[in-house]
Amino acid sequence: MKPGTRLKSQADDTEVMVIRTGGGTIECGGAPMAEAKPAELLPLAADFSAGTLMGKRYVDADGAYELLCVKPGKGSLSVDGIALVTKDAKPLPASD
Amino acid sequence: MNIALLLEMAAEAAPDRVGLVCDGKRWTYGELLSAARGAFELIVESDAQYVALLDESSEAALIAVFGAALAGVPYCPLNYRLPDADLAALLGRIAPALVIGDEERVIRVAGDQGHTIMAREEFAQKVQEIVPGEDTRETDAGEGVAIQLFTSGTTAAPKAAILRHSNLLGYILGTVEFASADEDDAALVVVPPYHIAGISALLSSIYAQRKIVMLPSFTPEAWLALVAEERITNAFVVPTMLARIVDAIERGTPAQVSSLRAVAYGGGKMPLEVIHKALELFPTSGFTNAYGLTETSSTVALLGPDEHRAALASDDPKVRARLTSVGKPIPTVELEIRGEDGQVLPVGEAGEIYVRGDQVSGEYKEKSALDAEGWFPTRDAGYMDEEGYLFLSGRADDVIVRGGENMSPGEIEDVLLTHPAIADACACAVPSIEWGEAVGVAVVTREGHEQPDEDELKELIRGRLRSSRVPERIAFVAELPYNEMGKLLRRKVKDVLAA
Repeated sequence: MKPGTRLKSQADDTEVMVIRTGGGTIECGGAPMAEAKPAELLPLAADFSAGTLMGKRYVDADGAYELLCVKPGKGSLSVDGIALVTKDAKPLPASD
Repeated sequence: MNIALLLEMAAEAAPDRVGLVCDGKRWTYGELLSAARGAFELIVESDAQYVALLDESSEAALIAVFGAALAGVPYCPLNYRLPDADLAALLGRIAPALVIGDEERVIRVAGDQGHTIMAREEFAQKVQEIVPGEDTRETDAGEGVAIQLFTSGTTAAPKAAILRHSNLLGYILGTVEFASADEDDAALVVVPPYHIAGISALLSSIYAQRKIVMLPSFTPEAWLALVAEERITNAFVVPTMLARIVDAIERGTPAQVSSLRAVAYGGGKMPLEVIHKALELFPTSGFTNAYGLTETSSTVALLGPDEHRAALASDDPKVRARLTSVGKPIPTVELEIRGEDGQVLPVGEAGEIYVRGDQVSGEYKEKSALDAEGWFPTRDAGYMDEEGYLFLSGRADDVIVRGGENMSPGEIEDVLLTHPAIADACACAVPSIEWGEAVGVAVVTREGHEQPDEDELKELIRGRLRSSRVPERIAFVAELPYNEMGKLLRRKVKDVLAA
């Protein structure tokens, strides 16, 4: 999968743009994400229902994966069953 | 990955929020995105290889940068202050382009180059009328060129610096939190559109959802009036602009600047006297000195508001000196000072500044300047103090090499500027039979002061620096030559000193 790919959750409204990726399966709400929207949403896994936030970046512990949430939803992101965490921008004191 | 994503996200999250104010007209994020989509159709239809802008800042600049991004065509804002012949040569290098702006001038100087030419008003009108088709873009890895900016080219033909979508997105995503601005926040953009700071200001404000207020043509009076009228919270200026604003306030121009939380500056050396006065005249504003280059997608180091106030209040000369530094590297880039042999230099030693990071393109259309490990040699000279503060000492090419000893013009100038009768100073190399090069300085006497004695200035430098820094030649001049961005034109001073 190329950086820049947009993935859609099959279990909620979440959409992400892939910034960095390894070879694992990217999931949201417990279900693998895909480039197309599903005809019908799959059930949301209780363990992966903390929600995603628009504009947040989500990463794994090794920094192999980085996803930008471009549409929020009720699911939460994971790779091969391991939850991703948010990565904060390091805001500059308004230099632009 | 495409920088259009920044506007798409802002429009998705807050379509009805005002994103841009220009010439009294207010544009919502929804309207801006729709206009950018209209521009996309217009660009594709015109078969343009580039989208060029020959104009002051206006809504057209913002619509063009995102429209070009959607169309996958580089956006290339041009310096409208260039003489006709130079402008024609640059336009020739990007033909065929969709050129927005000074229609009459483009027809006159480059009418035969196959461009599609459109005045600002016509462009703004058309992009609003077009109904965009369906979005059929494919996955984009971000390797396309988003921006092409011609360097000023003081020595040879201007180089075409290119910034890829991935560079600019790396910078914005790494340093701006999405939708982090308050509804009342407003950024005043007055830097010309062909300057990297003008472009990064647009991208970061859109992503932060901070309302952009544009002032197409700078005067200190118009700037102050707009700050009061639009309750501006953030502003970026180049040093000459801040000097003129300070001067206007001192001459009694009404100033209501209490809304201004953040004033950032960069693009040239800030005279110590100006920043001192500005800190006094804007007691509630946080000042930030930003250092960056076109090739690094803008800021790579900065001196923040607290550091400004701490330096001003300190009795420690080392802390006070930080007002002349550009602060510390930002967390998302790496920065090193290297000697001529490429080795990293110890603290306090001046050498060439190297940077590395996602935002660093270091690339020209002709070739990349990155080394094998991805480091970009900036050609800027500087050193770091023991606390990690970066001090610039001119361009690497400006370093004075006297009998094998490297000397930075900056350290000599800083000492000269401590003399009460010296308002401005420039040090550069003058030819020397004995040493190859020696130090020459041009100084401006402060109004109301007697011209100081040459020996007095030599003694001042001998007392503070090594004797090798003592100038062999001193010229007293009425003023030093600066370009419109506040950059000192050392080459011109060199010519005066060599004469």
